[in-house]
Amino acid sequence: MLAVENLKVHFDVKNNRGVKTKLRAVDGVSLHLKKGEAYGIVGESGSGKSTIGKAVLNLAPKTEGKIEIDGRDITMTNRANEAWLRQNAQIVFQDPHSALNPRMTIMRSVAEPIIVHTKTRGHDLRRRVEELLDIVGLSKQFIYRYPHELSGGQKQRVCIARAIALEPSLLILDEPTSALDVSVQSQILEFLASLQRDLNLTYLFISHNLSVVRYLCQRVGVMYLGNIIEEGTTKTVFEHPQHPYTKALLGAIPYPGATQPQSAPPLIGDIPSPVDLPVGCRFHTRCPVKVANLCDRLAPEHHHQTLGWASCHLLDPDLDKVGGKPE
Amino acid sequence: MVGSTNQRTNLATVMLIQDSNADHVSESFADRHASTYRTLRLYARTFRRNTSAMFGLAIVVVFLVVAAIGPWIVPFPEDATGAVHLDIKLQPPDSTHWFGTDEVGNDIFTRVVLGTRTTLQIACIVTGVAMLIGVPLGMIAGLVGGWVQEAIMRVTDVFLSVPGLVLAIAIVGALGPGIVNAMLALSLVWWPGYVRLVQAKTLALKNEIYVQAAYSIGASKLRIVFIHILPNCTSPIIVKASMDMGMAILGAASLGFLGLGAQPPFPEWGAMISIARTYLPDWWWYSFFPGLAISLTVLGFNLLGDGLRDILDPKHRD
Ligand SMILES: Nc1ncnc2c1ncn2[C@@H]1O[C@H](COP(=O)(O)OP(=O)(O)OP(=O)(O)O)[C@@H](O)[C@H]1O
Ligand code: SF4
Ligand SMILES: [Mg+2]
Repeated sequence: MLAVENLKVHFDVKNNRGVKTKLRAVDGVSLHLKKGEAYGIVGESGSGKSTIGKAVLNLAPKTEGKIEIDGRDITMTNRANEAWLRQNAQIVFQDPHSALNPRMTIMRSVAEPIIVHTKTRGHDLRRRVEELLDIVGLSKQFIYRYPHELSGGQKQRVCIARAIALEPSLLILDEPTSALDVSVQSQILEFLASLQRDLNLTYLFISHNLSVVRYLCQRVGVMYLGNIIEEGTTKTVFEHPQHPYTKALLGAIPYPGATQPQSAPPLIGDIPSPVDLPVGCRFHTRCPVKVANLCDRLAPEHHHQTLGWASCHLLDPDLDKVGGKPE
Repeated sequence: MVGSTNQRTNLATVMLIQDSNADHVSESFADRHASTYRTLRLYARTFRRNTSAMFGLAIVVVFLVVAAIGPWIVPFPEDATGAVHLDIKLQPPDSTHWFGTDEVGNDIFTRVVLGTRTTLQIACIVTGVAMLIGVPLGMIAGLVGGWVQEAIMRVTDVFLSVPGLVLAIAIVGALGPGIVNAMLALSLVWWPGYVRLVQAKTLALKNEIYVQAAYSIGASKLRIVFIHILPNCTSPIIVKASMDMGMAILGAASLGFLGLGAQPPFPEWGAMISIARTYLPDWWWYSFFPGLAISLTVLGFNLLGDGLRDILDPKHRD
């Protein structure tokens, strides 16, 4: 359904001395989503999660890589691809408070994609908007309201209505609940789950909230500094994490009722800058179990398990032959 | 579970189709715009509570009315077109000549009232032209970026670094005095402020999530400019325009005072004071009333602008 091959997004930035450098926000990410699947991307702030979502929708410039949706190669940004992409993939942003034009009524916001892409107008348009509001659980009394008259949860429902207006097959959800009150979060999550089932949507769900991803997603990819470092079914990754980073993440966030992974050494230090990426394993500056003389030289390969993979030298069955020993 | 929402949706659609006609007839214009009314009422309430803004609005309205009906209410219309009554020159204010008369016996009240229209016209045109030039340039600079932005902003900065009135005087000096040239000169020095304002606002709006959302929907660039960016720039533009009306009145009067604007006997406040100043202090009324008119209009537009800023742009309140 969604296939991303070796996606790289590099931004040109100036460092504090005004010298131009490259900021490697996403650096070689591959994703393969099945139809109707919910795939979660988790990772710390700044790891490049949102940038992947934006690059898929062509809202961020791709430096390298190939993107396919429903078998259609949309890497080239020509007019036909653009129009097709806008109708088949949509995004819901993190902050519903600024995702709606304050000067537009709910009617106009939800109707906008329909107006841009179809010839539906007048009563038909009005009926379609009411139908969409009904799907997201808003009564039609909201139709001529302005965003400032709605609560955060209601605004996010409006954003979702706008995103599904053209019946896309892929929905990118960029932390859709993190700007909402806790009580509203669970409502929106439940709604997103039922929406996915009913409309057979594919979700690319971006979040740094592990429990949210665990609730909604079948598979999850863990991101660190522009790379996915572990991927697998939600159950495997959460219950038997392989990568030291995943272990640390899971250890840092208590999850009620879950078996905490054993031996989860805490994360030390800050995430390095994507302008100046560490050589070798990108996690080695913070890894509590790094292998001396190896991790800071060689980038680890993907080591596959039955239900996923992780990239860490410790998972290499031939570790002894490669050299180095755990500290 | 699967299909239950679908079913509900279909059901809802059917019901909507059935009662949609009744539904749309019963929904009045007022229903559809209830939110707009609410917003406007809130604006009106905020504005009414602001005494100085109401005072400003009152002044502006009075002058607008005077400008509109001036020619029909003045007692001596011919005094604005070069009539001479030397027998009644420099009379102090009395019941016939409320503001007194000038050195050729013209009624100062008549000339001040008729000057209102001239002044407001100049101010409107200067502000309007400045907006017409400045707003698109600012928007282009903010949206296109790169060397286009660089070029536009450099030119703007050059204009902004020279005091506007000095530049206007130089331009009129080159073109020759006259009301049209004065307007032209003022317009030419007035637009850079709008470029600055709109460019900054556009840059900020460009990164707003709802603009990103519009891109992700596939809205065209034109649609994004006219539906998402421009309407959200209007508040600061309106506020600045109101302030600028006052400043343009002052600018026009200054040019008139220097003899570079409207030429006598054309009734223009600045030009009137320019002559009247030689009759100070004994014939004080000659310069006092045009001066009062200038001060009041400038004050009115400034207070109004301040009030508008308070209701339209609450974040920028100090
Ligand atoms: N347009 C841009 N220009 C320059 N740098 C950018 C741009 N967009 C993102 N970045 C940088 O890319 C990196 C990844 O950003 P991204 O927003 O994808 O992170 P994220 O994982 O979504 O984080 P968060 O959880 O805070 O949303 C950050 O270091 C960010 O500063
Ligand atoms: S490769 Fe080395 S540094 Fe990287 S996670 Fe594994 S042990 Fe740690
Ligand atoms: Mg993000």
